[in-house]
Amino acid sequence: MAKTERKWTRSALMSAMAAVALGAVASPAMAQRDPAYEKARASGQVGEKTDGYLGIVGAGSSELRAMVDDINIRRRAVYADKAKAANATLQEYAFTAGCLAIARTDIGEKYQAPSGEWKTRTSAAPDRDSRCP
Amino acid sequence: MMHARSNDRLPPNRLPGFLFRHSAVTNGMLALSAMSLGGCISVNAPEKPIVIELNINITQEVIYRLAEDAGNTIKENSDIF
Repeated sequence: MAKTERKWTRSALMSAMAAVALGAVASPAMAQRDPAYEKARASGQVGEKTDGYLGIVGAGSSELRAMVDDINIRRRAVYADKAKAANATLQEYAFTAGCLAIARTDIGEKYQAPSGEWKTRTSAAPDRDSRCP
Repeated sequence: MMHARSNDRLPPNRLPGFLFRHSAVTNGMLALSAMSLGGCISVNAPEKPIVIELNINITQEVIYRLAEDAGNTIKENSDIF
């Protein structure tokens, strides 16, 4: 009786630990955008560039520049890791991500057209590079 | 002033000298009036950003190969995308 109870406790503990471990792994994937970032996107202060990085539309405050720099540094680190694993260059990987990031912009958000100019996303498909998937 | 002084010494019937002075003065006046009419020469910065296309060597084949992986990367890092 005592043995079974202990066994049960142990398995419960194990599963609890597994859940915690899974949660720790899964949480970055579930992470949401920072409210300041979300707001900057929605208001068109920042936009998705063709090269896979975030750009500032217009002048931009020092706070906004700091936020964009931080996001782009983190993006670059992710691109570098993934590009290496996929046997591609950083630029190739970042450009591909840029194609997709532009495709998933919400209506009203800004993105960079192949010409380099900022455009506002409408319900229509965005103006992307012809090589984009 | 220099022209006027040198021309004072010339005989009044030296037509070519008068012609030269006349044309030089006219040219100068024309140039001055053109400058004053046109105002300053203004150089405006281009409105569109200058984009140096560094992505030109990336082939569509590579982009298609990476697309699925990049899509997953964006989903996994949704806080920075």
